Amino acid sequence: MIEVRNLVKKYADHPAVDDLSFTVDRGQIYGFLGPNGAGKSTTMNIITGCLAATSGEVRIDGHDIYKDAREAKKLIGYLPEQPPLYPDMTPVEYLDFVAQAKGVGKKDRADAVYSVMEKVGILDVQNRLIRNLSKGYKQRVGMAQAILGDPKVIILDEPTVGLDPAQIVEIRGVIKSLANDHTVIFSSHILSEVSEICSRILIISHGKLVAEDTPQALESRFAVKPVLNASVKGDPTAIANALLSVQGVSDVNISEVKDDGVVDVIVTCERGVNVLESISLALLQNNCLLLRLEESRASLEDVFMELVGDPAVPQIAEPEPEQTLEVDAQALLDGSIGSAYDAHELFNTPSDADEGQTVSDPQPDDPTDDVQQEGGETDDGNL
Amino acid sequence: MTAIFKKELRSYFRGMIGCLFVALFLVVIGLYVYAICFANSSPHYEYAYYNCSFIFLIAVPVLTMRSIAEERRQKTDQLLYSLPVSMTQVVLGKYFAMLCVFAVPVLVSCVYPFLVHLYDPSGYLSFSAVFVAAGAFFLLGSALIAIGMFMSSLTENQIVSAVISFIAILFVYLMGQLSQMLSGTSGVTAIVFAFLILLLSLLVFFVTKSKTAGWLVFFVLEVPIIVISFLKPTLLEGLLPKVFGVLSVYERFYSFADGLVDLKSALYFVTVAVLFLVFTVQSMEKRRWS
Repeated sequence: MIEVRNLVKKYADHPAVDDLSFTVDRGQIYGFLGPNGAGKSTTMNIITGCLAATSGEVRIDGHDIYKDAREAKKLIGYLPEQPPLYPDMTPVEYLDFVAQAKGVGKKDRADAVYSVMEKVGILDVQNRLIRNLSKGYKQRVGMAQAILGDPKVIILDEPTVGLDPAQIVEIRGVIKSLANDHTVIFSSHILSEVSEICSRILIISHGKLVAEDTPQALESRFAVKPVLNASVKGDPTAIANALLSVQGVSDVNISEVKDDGVVDVIVTCERGVNVLESISLALLQNNCLLLRLEESRASLEDVFMELVGDPAVPQIAEPEPEQTLEVDAQALLDGSIGSAYDAHELFNTPSDADEGQTVSDPQPDDPTDDVQQEGGETDDGNL
Repeated sequence: MTAIFKKELRSYFRGMIGCLFVALFLVVIGLYVYAICFANSSPHYEYAYYNCSFIFLIAVPVLTMRSIAEERRQKTDQLLYSLPVSMTQVVLGKYFAMLCVFAVPVLVSCVYPFLVHLYDPSGYLSFSAVFVAAGAFFLLGSALIAIGMFMSSLTENQIVSAVISFIAILFVYLMGQLSQMLSGTSGVTAIVFAFLILLLSLLVFFVTKSKTAGWLVFFVLEVPIIVISFLKPTLLEGLLPKVFGVLSVYERFYSFADGLVDLKSALYFVTVAVLFLVFTVQSMEKRRWS
């Protein structure tokens, strides 16, 4: 459907997009993922013909975006990063204008405009001036503009930025509903969003494509070791012993010992070994009660970091010598930590500092804690 | 194109600018009609157009300043680029919308001669002269609006756009007088040309952001002037008034105001308009490559 070949875009001498090639198939949702400044918007601007590439080729359904611009652009609906709205028009007037410019016939125009307004949910504000609409509604008018005229390809540049969580869910619903008869490319730097909606993910960094696959495949391809979070009631030393005795468990971290005797443990397992049953059995045999055991999947976040992360980023998760001291200080302040610390000294696990960080920092930086829970909305909280 | 045209026209009259522009013209034309035809009992209604042609200096920048600069500032140009319409259609749509706004005061002013005629039963008022002058007034405005539109496509700031349109129109406004005042000795000509070439290459540099292009224009034009001024200075003599005469858009309008139908001048206005529309399209296309 979309063919991008050897795309290069240089600003002065700085390459924003550097020899990017990929193809996009019909009827799927593609997530375009990358950190800020990776070249996402530039690439989208080139695909939609808003920007000319320094070299390379873009074909939409066989039509070259420059040589056969009109035919190619008829197939595209585009929502740029900043929705291109005229503040002195009402949504109805604006959409009517876009429909006319897209060549929708006079008879069908009113229906087409009405149906897109219904789809994105702006019927109740259709006669207000766009200038007076909230950011969320403006974004939706922009969406309506993009999907107007039923283009085969819909390209959305960060469509959920600046919306409140409820609106984000709605917009995601709209994007999902488009997948049936459109090809959707949408960019985001929010991983959970991409893994939730997209059927395929393109990760770009510094203008280059670093990975392309389904979310599941990416996760399994790059997954770090599976991690389990458990809450166990019992003696910390006994728990650690019991867990380490289980075949397939490679590491045990006691993250917190609560006052009521419940111990939170992070268990790192070998890949491809099912340890759930043996863990519960081992704990029971050692007179420890398993209260909670959940699998936190290796997340896309890890993949993402691995692929695009600056050298500085992994260091956050890396053990730092000073942090052992922090544990000492914490341990002195809070007696309950003492046992956790002891347990570690006892087993001398290599992840002292990891644990130390969890203890000293209530906002976990540890990658295992960043793992998105089912449909993980962690990132959305930041919006 | 119709979509753009309708949208632009609507926004002109929804906002203040369209009404302001029309009002400005009607007030100024009205004043001159009153002064010439009623206060001084002259049947030469066409002189009203002649006298108020200075108003373009203010009115055209007001009309054109937002046309493309504002699209860029609001980032709505991205919509125009991604719609299945060509830049030529976009530019023409916008241009015709401005012409329509401009046509309103001109058409209204064409009603006045009938009123004047009521007070001038002797029939000295020549309707043909008046309508020729009105047509020329419209053509002059069309050419200047195209210039202003081009200036608007160079920047994303409305104020900058208005100022440079004003300067450009002032330049062609004064050109006629300048061409008569300047003597044609070869030395003066060479210096003035050198200065103009410098301005032109600066403009090229500003538009293309390429030093190479700026220098290239400067040398390609400047070297022949220097060579000629040393080898054959007589060639340069009298060239200055001629060149300035070519650039003086206003001068051509004045002959119409005297009641002459000058097809050559009419063609000149149309050429200027087309030329600057082409420049505008190029300037919009060029932005994609930046």
